[in-house]
Amino acid sequence: MKVLVAMSGGVDSSVAAAELQAAGHEVVGVTMRLWGGESDTGCCSVSDVDDARRVAQQLGIDHLVFNFSDDFNEHVVAPYVQAHVDGLTPNPCIECNRHLKFDRLSERARLLGFDAVATGHHARIERDDEGVMRLARGADDAKDQSYVVHMLDQAELAYTMFPVGHLTKAQVRERAIELGLRTATKPDSQDVCFISKTGGRETFLGNRIPFRKAVVVNEDGTPAGKIDALELVTIGQRKGLGIPGGGPKQYVVEVDTPNARVVIGEEGSLYRQSVDVDQVIWSDAGDAERLKVTNDVLVQSSAHGAAIPATVEILTPRSLRIHWSEPQRRIAPGQSIVLYNTINSFVLAGGIACPDSAKASLQ
Amino acid sequence: MGTYLDHAASTPMRAEAIEAMTPYLDHMYANPSGSHRFAREARKAIDEARDLVAATLGCNPGEVVFTSGGTEGDNAAILGAVRRLGGTAVCPAAEHHAVLHCVEHVGGVIVRVNNVGTVDLEDLQRVLEEATEEQPITVVSVMAVNNEVGSITPMREVARIVRKYAPQALLHTDAVQAACWVDMREITPLVDVLALSAHKFGGPKGMGVMVIKAGKHLEPLILGGGQERDRRSGTHNVAGIIATAKALEVTDATRQEEIVRVRQLRDRLVDEITQALDGVLETVPREQRVPGVAHVCFSGLENEALLFLLDQADVYASAASACASGAMEPSHVLEAMGIERSWSNGALRLSLGHTTTEHDIDTAVAAIVSAVNQLRR
Repeated sequence: MKVLVAMSGGVDSSVAAAELQAAGHEVVGVTMRLWGGESDTGCCSVSDVDDARRVAQQLGIDHLVFNFSDDFNEHVVAPYVQAHVDGLTPNPCIECNRHLKFDRLSERARLLGFDAVATGHHARIERDDEGVMRLARGADDAKDQSYVVHMLDQAELAYTMFPVGHLTKAQVRERAIELGLRTATKPDSQDVCFISKTGGRETFLGNRIPFRKAVVVNEDGTPAGKIDALELVTIGQRKGLGIPGGGPKQYVVEVDTPNARVVIGEEGSLYRQSVDVDQVIWSDAGDAERLKVTNDVLVQSSAHGAAIPATVEILTPRSLRIHWSEPQRRIAPGQSIVLYNTINSFVLAGGIACPDSAKASLQ
Repeated sequence: MGTYLDHAASTPMRAEAIEAMTPYLDHMYANPSGSHRFAREARKAIDEARDLVAATLGCNPGEVVFTSGGTEGDNAAILGAVRRLGGTAVCPAAEHHAVLHCVEHVGGVIVRVNNVGTVDLEDLQRVLEEATEEQPITVVSVMAVNNEVGSITPMREVARIVRKYAPQALLHTDAVQAACWVDMREITPLVDVLALSAHKFGGPKGMGVMVIKAGKHLEPLILGGGQERDRRSGTHNVAGIIATAKALEVTDATRQEEIVRVRQLRDRLVDEITQALDGVLETVPREQRVPGVAHVCFSGLENEALLFLLDQADVYASAASACASGAMEPSHVLEAMGIERSWSNGALRLSLGHTTTEHDIDTAVAAIVSAVNQLRR
């Protein structure tokens, strides 16, 4: 097959390219240039492009650079900024996967005559007994990335390859060392690629939006303090609220954006029986029907969080309600919520956590 | 080797230039600044090269300065003028980044361009007239031929306006894309400073030529041993200088016949593309463009994708300038010309040169038509 492999300049995508080549595919590497601004941490900086190109040279495959910085700004950076204005906690890496890697890039790949797009994500794509493509967790529990690529539907799964999904991270590094790839010992990227370590999120947002001052109040409405930037506050946050220590630990339990108000309370106030999810994408449309019969699922709500037992109530084709088996800490609106099957092996659906609805709050 | 239509990026070295430089890469290795007989031989070769360059450019040998390339020449002209004379710089919006970034660096003024990408003469006049005594304009830099779309600047008109409205300013021209297609003797007399890049006319990369007219002074960029009459220090790149002079000599001697030959090839290339495909914009009218450049915009596609398919078909072309990572940047030239993004996204530059053949044109047309059709499906 003719495969376009997205090479970020990291070890996983380097080995992904090598694995595809070893399997006899016709491989072309591509690095997406996404961010023109300042960054010193994330992928796709000039030095990362250099690494990707050098690995491609070493493997003897062509390497391209596609400039998708306009799309990245439109679909990832601008919504990231707006989400903070709206009091949400966005996950830009997921939006990048959704809009860039598995939309813009795969669309370009189709146009250019490629049979598949590959990335170095730790996830697996398998076909089940009924012929349904399943997005399964990667072989390395600690590095599984099925959560961040949960938005792939059947058509996209059929066009996507994850060549290192069956390997552990240690095996990936071993492979890279065996092949003498220069990226073999490169540390994993952790942070949001467009936010620099020195300035951080505060500087990044501060350069783009005016911060709103906000009052911090207790659950009974009595004032507790003041903060300078409502946009930097997240549900569950404990630090930087300008409130005196002592007494029970206080958490942000509500961000009231319209009224510029942050409500704090004890940990117990964070717990919820349910959460609503919208912008839902089903891995396979048939799962929505199956879940009407047996509605047990496992739910993951952060990149490396645990999968928690719950039942699912389907509200509309694009929205659903999660009922936790045991009350869970509130999930910040804007975070991605991904449903797995009951044995925690593959993705069923994923979407975005909504603000508390009247019905979803603790009853 | 595939079909090379990227001569404006770099054109193959002239065989005569390679032959001429080879002894200086081999046994003629002396430093020409030395005082012994061996050094004097190298010195003589450089002096002769300088005479040759001066003759083809239409200036005095003492006005020729050898540099590391076009970018150095542009930097030396603009930064050198402002450092020496104070004031600020002016250039049009469609200049090469080697000029544009220098002018921006000194806080200069950017002048509009017209719809073919050459300087808007009225806007140039306005900017020069509006300059104040506190911030005089000390250097005006206007490219002779645009590197992306190939449009030819009426340098005579530019010179007339600069002399009239900013008589104290130096007039610099980035003539990098002109050398192959324009008799330099028509440009050099109009300007005070001029920059060329050797690899654009069949010389080696890493070599350039500047003309700094007698009586015009720039603060040198590079200080050191005082070579090139203190205008550009650093040990002479002897082999590079010899090759540059030879390439320029060959280019000058063959220019008239090459203009006729290449123009016919270029016109056929564009005609056959526009006949075979709808939605093609010829960016600049042919009579305002050098013969070596075909610049077209295709509607409904992205040039990154087009260039990939052409690359797969072993047809080598380009679009706008590439950034440090190798990604395509949106063209500032097309933007300055007022070309809509729906067109400029599909911009393609095909540039021809001394090695281009009829067969290249046939191959390129077939590959381009096939690629555009694939992308528009």
